[in-house]
Amino acid sequence: MRFDVLVEVSLRSGIADPQGATVERSLPRLGFVEVHGVRVGKAIRFAIDAADQEAARQRVDELCRRFLTNPVLEDATVTLAPAQDGAYA
Amino acid sequence: MTARVGVVVFPGSNCEHDAAEAIAGLGGEVELLWHDEPALRGVDGVVLPGGFAHGDYLRTGAIARFSPVMGAVAAFARSGGPVVGICNGFQILTEAGLLPGALQKNRGLKFLCTTVGLRVETTASVLTSLAAAGDRLRVPINHFEGAYTCDPAVLEALRAEDRVVLRYVDNPNGSLDDIAGVCSGDRNVVGLMPHPERACDARLGSEDGAVLLRSLLDACTAGRRPATTVPAYGAGPGT
Repeated sequence: MRFDVLVEVSLRSGIADPQGATVERSLPRLGFVEVHGVRVGKAIRFAIDAADQEAARQRVDELCRRFLTNPVLEDATVTLAPAQDGAYA
Repeated sequence: MTARVGVVVFPGSNCEHDAAEAIAGLGGEVELLWHDEPALRGVDGVVLPGGFAHGDYLRTGAIARFSPVMGAVAAFARSGGPVVGICNGFQILTEAGLLPGALQKNRGLKFLCTTVGLRVETTASVLTSLAAAGDRLRVPINHFEGAYTCDPAVLEALRAEDRVVLRYVDNPNGSLDDIAGVCSGDRNVVGLMPHPERACDARLGSEDGAVLLRSLLDACTAGRRPATTVPAYGAGPGT
């Protein structure tokens, strides 16, 4: 089976986020005074082939741990769903 | 006895010739080692130079860690061989799990290209053995992601084991505890953000980096070791 994967990488809480802070500081100037708590991360999308959803998740978790994140600084949130027909065929 | 130092060249490295020039100027012999080589050609020590290895895509050092040469560098380091990572090289060593912690974007999102004051904190490392504790050195920095970060437990261990090798006199980038360089538990792997290779000639404004590279050459000749070819990737960042 093929699964669509979205990995959202964000800085761990407690790790300074200078990009988020800079974006947030600039917002009042644009009139967005009501926006708070800006954190900047990255999104990585891909497809993976696996026997089932559980197996796919295990492989993606391993990939995150070994490569896509640096556990000293970052956390990953994984969203995984069966691929839409033909999307990655 | 001439020290033979391997300077690793990744796609995107840009300080390998600075390092080679400085090492040669101090009497060392340099081998430029392409990142795709699985062995170290029997060198006595390894330098991972500055630059943007593999474009620094994903994270600084994240892809360089998987270059074939890094298996040999990790095995060489584990056998006690002297390994020094400068700037991007430091970032690669943390990603490879050969040094603890990580390098974060500078405080204030500022790219820094300036000369800073460093304080030698310990002489028990392959990079500082010929210096004196408390020495002040003027050495250039040139980085965007140089703020050293680690877990509180790691910081405690680094302090307790005297593994903070260099501190900034006036913290330029938000580094935790003013840390400019750290070493491994065995003291043979050192990473630092400043560029000692650019401070080895008075015409460049400072010769203060020479004592650091001379220490490395000294460690190279003191510990002639057999060539290491066993691939053994680092356990990964955060270890």
